[in-house]
Amino acid sequence: MKGFTYLRKVATLKLDQEKCIGCEMCTNVCPHQVFSMAGKTATIVELDACMECGACAINCPVTAIQVESGVGCASGLINEWLKEHNIGSSMGDCCT
Amino acid sequence: MDYIVPPGLYAVGHPSAEAPVLVTANYKMSYDLVRQQMAERDVWLLVLETFGINVWCAAGKGTFGTLELIERIRHSELAKLVAHRQLLLPILGAPGIAAHEVKKRTGFTIRYATIRAQDLPEYLDNGMVATQAMRELTFSLRERLILIPVELVGAMKVSAVIMAALAFVVSVFGGATAAVAAVTGYLGAVLAGIVIAPLLLPWLPGRSFSIKGAIAGMVWALVFSVFIGRSGFTGPTIFAALLGMPAVSAFYALNFTGCTTFTSRSGVKKEMRLALPVMGSAIIACLLLLIGSRFL
Repeated sequence: MKGFTYLRKVATLKLDQEKCIGCEMCTNVCPHQVFSMAGKTATIVELDACMECGACAINCPVTAIQVESGVGCASGLINEWLKEHNIGSSMGDCCT
Repeated sequence: MDYIVPPGLYAVGHPSAEAPVLVTANYKMSYDLVRQQMAERDVWLLVLETFGINVWCAAGKGTFGTLELIERIRHSELAKLVAHRQLLLPILGAPGIAAHEVKKRTGFTIRYATIRAQDLPEYLDNGMVATQAMRELTFSLRERLILIPVELVGAMKVSAVIMAALAFVVSVFGGATAAVAAVTGYLGAVLAGIVIAPLLLPWLPGRSFSIKGAIAGMVWALVFSVFIGRSGFTGPTIFAALLGMPAVSAFYALNFTGCTTFTSRSGVKKEMRLALPVMGSAIIACLLLLIGSRFL
């Protein structure tokens, strides 16, 4: 995104170009223009711009895209960790 | 207050069987925004049950989702009302909807239209073609500014408890002046993280939010140190302030990742693994210094 970049080389986004049928759905749904068409298949051109929202993966009809999506705020993650370790949390959900 | 609109199919104006069908969430603000933009037009509005949550957050949680959309299409008997088989969805609803599933199970094709409802009129006039700008997320100063009050309210409860505890403990051991200084220092550090860091986000150095927050907090801590230095506070106290205050700001700045339009879960996880231990250590060192300076 113009003017904003987050940590480099951490996004879990993966595209299997062998599977891609070139429907261009990923290029339509990505709000950060991570994908671009290279001939008849999609390709990842801006991996570091990926915010792991998961829109591309769920809308890929041939499941050629994989990404670990989910809550991305600090308090949300702390709550998740607390739950994983069965520690009661008083912070509540960050964005219900 | 009730921010929920009953889910279902709504008519805006006098839509015919050929009129476009727009899909949105049942958060009143989402619904009102779309309706306002379509005020002069005739369209169908299919409102999904997202329990009063906006499209993007609901899509992330799966309530603005494939199953709900399929159910809502069936329940509203949309297929009998419109002659075409096309739905226009907000782009930020895409994380919850598998377009090919909806097509397979209802016959309706999904077109992801625009990110913002404000672009819908132009999108429709443009023959349902989105320009690059209509598909691009932004995070302008104004967009960041409107988030700050919400974050402040969210942090108020915990901050109030911490400040009350600080005021009590410090006034018992160090007197009233020290208590006022401690509360002011803490409050400033919170504000540096919640207000200053988000506002100056693109201009603060670093990619990491905790570093951006720590820098904002450090600037405040330096200003604060000059003041308390003049009031007679000595080395260890000042050093404690310089350690603890940036850590508090860094935490709140890191928490702002939840509000942005561009940070990833993996990024936040990585940053937390690195930054939380540093913040924790800085706070502990700060408290030890304060306690130590009292008895040495």
